[in-house]
Amino acid sequence: MSFEPRIIAFCCHHCAYGAADLAGVLRLQYPANIRIIRVPCSGRVSEEHILWAFANGADGVCVSGCLEGDCHYQSGNLRAGKRVRILRNRLWDIGLEPERLRMFNISAAMGSAFIGLMQEMTDVIRALGPVAGSGGAR
Amino acid sequence: MILARPRQVSSILAGLGGARRLAVIGCQECVTVCQAGGRKEVSCLAHLLRIAGLKEGLPLMVTEATVARQCDTAYLAPLDPLVEQVEACISLGCGVGVQFIAERYPGVPVIPGVDTVGGGGTTAPGVWEERCAMCGECVLDQTAGICPVTRCAKSLLNGPCGGSSGGMCEVDPDLPCAWEMIYRRMKERKSLDDLRSIRPPKNWVSSRSGGLRRVIREDAMR
Amino acid sequence: MSTGPQTDKKKNAAASRLEAVLRAGIFAVTAEIGPPKHADGTRIRRLAAELKEYSDAQNLTDNQTAVVRLCSLAAAVHVLQAGGDPVLQMTTRDRNRIALQSDLLGAASLGIRNVLCLSGDHQRFGNHPEAKGVFDLDSVQLTAAVRRMRDEGLFLCGEEIKAPPRVFIGAVENPFAGPVELRVLRLGKKIAAGAEFIQTQVVYDVPAFSEWMAAVRAAGWHKRAFILAGVIPPKSDRAIRYMSRVPGITVPDELIRRMERAADPLGEGRRIALEIIRQLRDIEGVSGVHIMAVNWEDVVPELVAEAGLYPRPRISTTQGGGDSDAAGH
Repeated sequence: MSFEPRIIAFCCHHCAYGAADLAGVLRLQYPANIRIIRVPCSGRVSEEHILWAFANGADGVCVSGCLEGDCHYQSGNLRAGKRVRILRNRLWDIGLEPERLRMFNISAAMGSAFIGLMQEMTDVIRALGPVAGSGGAR
Repeated sequence: MILARPRQVSSILAGLGGARRLAVIGCQECVTVCQAGGRKEVSCLAHLLRIAGLKEGLPLMVTEATVARQCDTAYLAPLDPLVEQVEACISLGCGVGVQFIAERYPGVPVIPGVDTVGGGGTTAPGVWEERCAMCGECVLDQTAGICPVTRCAKSLLNGPCGGSSGGMCEVDPDLPCAWEMIYRRMKERKSLDDLRSIRPPKNWVSSRSGGLRRVIREDAMR
Repeated sequence: MSTGPQTDKKKNAAASRLEAVLRAGIFAVTAEIGPPKHADGTRIRRLAAELKEYSDAQNLTDNQTAVVRLCSLAAAVHVLQAGGDPVLQMTTRDRNRIALQSDLLGAASLGIRNVLCLSGDHQRFGNHPEAKGVFDLDSVQLTAAVRRMRDEGLFLCGEEIKAPPRVFIGAVENPFAGPVELRVLRLGKKIAAGAEFIQTQVVYDVPAFSEWMAAVRAAGWHKRAFILAGVIPPKSDRAIRYMSRVPGITVPDELIRRMERAADPLGEGRRIALEIIRQLRDIEGVSGVHIMAVNWEDVVPELVAEAGLYPRPRISTTQGGGDSDAAGH
C-alpha cells in the first residue's frame, strides 16, 4: 500500500488562500493530501500550531504567506518566516527532517504556482515517508 | 528575575531513561518573562516530545501543567494527582523549581528543561543580561551602581586588569570593561577619590564558598 | 634621569640583588624566562646561567597566557640553583588566598627574594578554557597581603607568622590599556598596597608610554616605586603583527612596516628593541627595563651589551640563604 501523507497548509487569507481559490476557479487539481487551514495572516501561525499538527498526525506542514513587502499587517509574513526557520532547527534537533516544514511566499494571483508548490511538497513528504515509526531521535 | 535558557530537546530526550508517561511543568514567574519556561514553552516542548515519541513508534504520554511559582510549595500541591500518574517530570522552572519539585516527589525523576544562568533583566527584545551574581555581599554602593563581581570576567574589586582594550574586556570584544564603566560614572559624579581606596579581600563565605545559604528573618516568621 | 625611590628607612639590607641594584640608582635589567610545557628544567637552568650575567633578575612566568606550564615556583628554584636572582610571578587566577600565602612562604624558605603579583591572563585564552577561574583575591589585594606578611608578620587572617617571608614586592601595570587617568590611579593603588617595583606591559608606542609616565610623575609614584618598562624584541613581522592584536598592546604601524621590509628580521627586531631601550632610558622616572624575549631569550646578551648595559653591577646582598636567613634565628 503506498503512503499517502497528510499535509497541513496554513494559508493567509490575503494571498495563499486566494491563490488556492483561484486554482479552484481555474479547475486546477491539487493533491488530496493537502488540508488547508485559512488564517488571517501567516504571522498568526505560532510554533504551537505547527507542532500540534505534527504531534497529531501531520507528516508535513507549510505556512504560506504574502510575498515579502506585501503583508497586509506589515511584517506578519516575515515573523512567520523567522519562526519556521527556528522551528526547523528544533525539529532537526529531535531527529525530524526539516524539509517537513516549509514557508512559502506567494500572491493571490499565483494560482498555478500554488498548485506547483503543493505538488512539490507532497512529492517531498511522500519520499520522506510517515513521521510515525520513522525511527528514534538523532 | 532569574535568567534561564531552554535546553536542547534531544538532551532532554536522552535523559528520559525509558519513562513514557511524562509531566512537563512550567512556571509563571521569571522563566515566563525570559521565554524559557512559561505556558507556551511547556506546550511547545510537550509537542516536540510527542513528535519524538511518534517517530519512535512508542508514543509518549505527555501532560502539561504550568504553576504560578515552582519555588513555592503551596503552588505545587495541586500537582500531586498529576505527578502520581507519571514516570518522570520535566521542570521548566529555574534550578530552584526543579529542586522544589524533586523534594516534593522524591520517588519521581525530575529532568531540568532549562539551564539557569543567573539574576538579570531584559535589555532589548530577545536579549537578557545578567546583572547580579548573587554573591551575598553587595558592593554596589562602592562601585557607582555597576557590579564588578558580575560584569568583570575576573570579578576584580580594585580596578581593571591589564587586558582591557578600547574600553572593552579581553575575554569578549563586545563586552564593556566593568571597571572602565565604573571609572566613567565615578568621574561624571566627581567621586573618583572613592576609586582610590583599596577594597580588602571579599568574604566569599556569603557567596559560593560557604555551602547552602539561608535567609532567616524572625519578623517574617509565624 | 631620576635615581628612583629613596631607600626605605625601616629596612637596612636589600632583600634581593634586584632590589640592591635599584636602590643603588643603577638602571636595572630584568629578563623573562617562560617555563616549558614539560617536566624538564634543563633549559631554564641553561638560560638562567646565561642570563644572570646580562640581567639583574629573571622573571618566571606563572602559567603564562593561561597555558599549563612547569610551575613558576619550581622554575624559580632552577634559577636559584643556576645562580640567578628569580622573580617569582604569582597570579590570582589559579590559586586562592590559602595557596598564594603558602606558596610565598615556601618560596621564601627556598631563598626566592622577589615576587611579582598579578591577576593573570584570563583562563579563556589558555589551553583549558573551560577551567574555573579562582580570583579569590585581585592583584592589589595580593600585593597588600604579601606586604603585610613581610612587614607586619601577619597572615591575611591576622594570625602571626613566626618567620615572615623576606621579599622584594613587585606588581605590573599596562600603560596602554585604557584611560591614562584610570591606569595611573590603579598604579597608585598597587604602590599604596605595597608594590616596590613595577614591571610594565611591553612598550612599542614610546610617545604613549611617555604620556603615561608624565602622569605617573605628576602623581609622584615614580618616587615611591621603581618602574621597569617592558621590552619585547620582535622576532618577525608575524610576531609583531600578532602582538599588535593582543588586547592592551599598541604597536605603531611604522614598526610593523619596518619588520615587513627587513631583509634580516632578527637584526631589525634587535635594532628596534635597542632604539626603544635608548628612548626609555631618557624618560625621567624609568628605573630599568624588563626584557620579555620569550622563545628568543638568546637575544638578551647581545641586546644588553649593545645597549651599553653590560657588564651588570656586582652587588653583594645577603641573598642566597634559605629559611635560616628568613627566620632570623
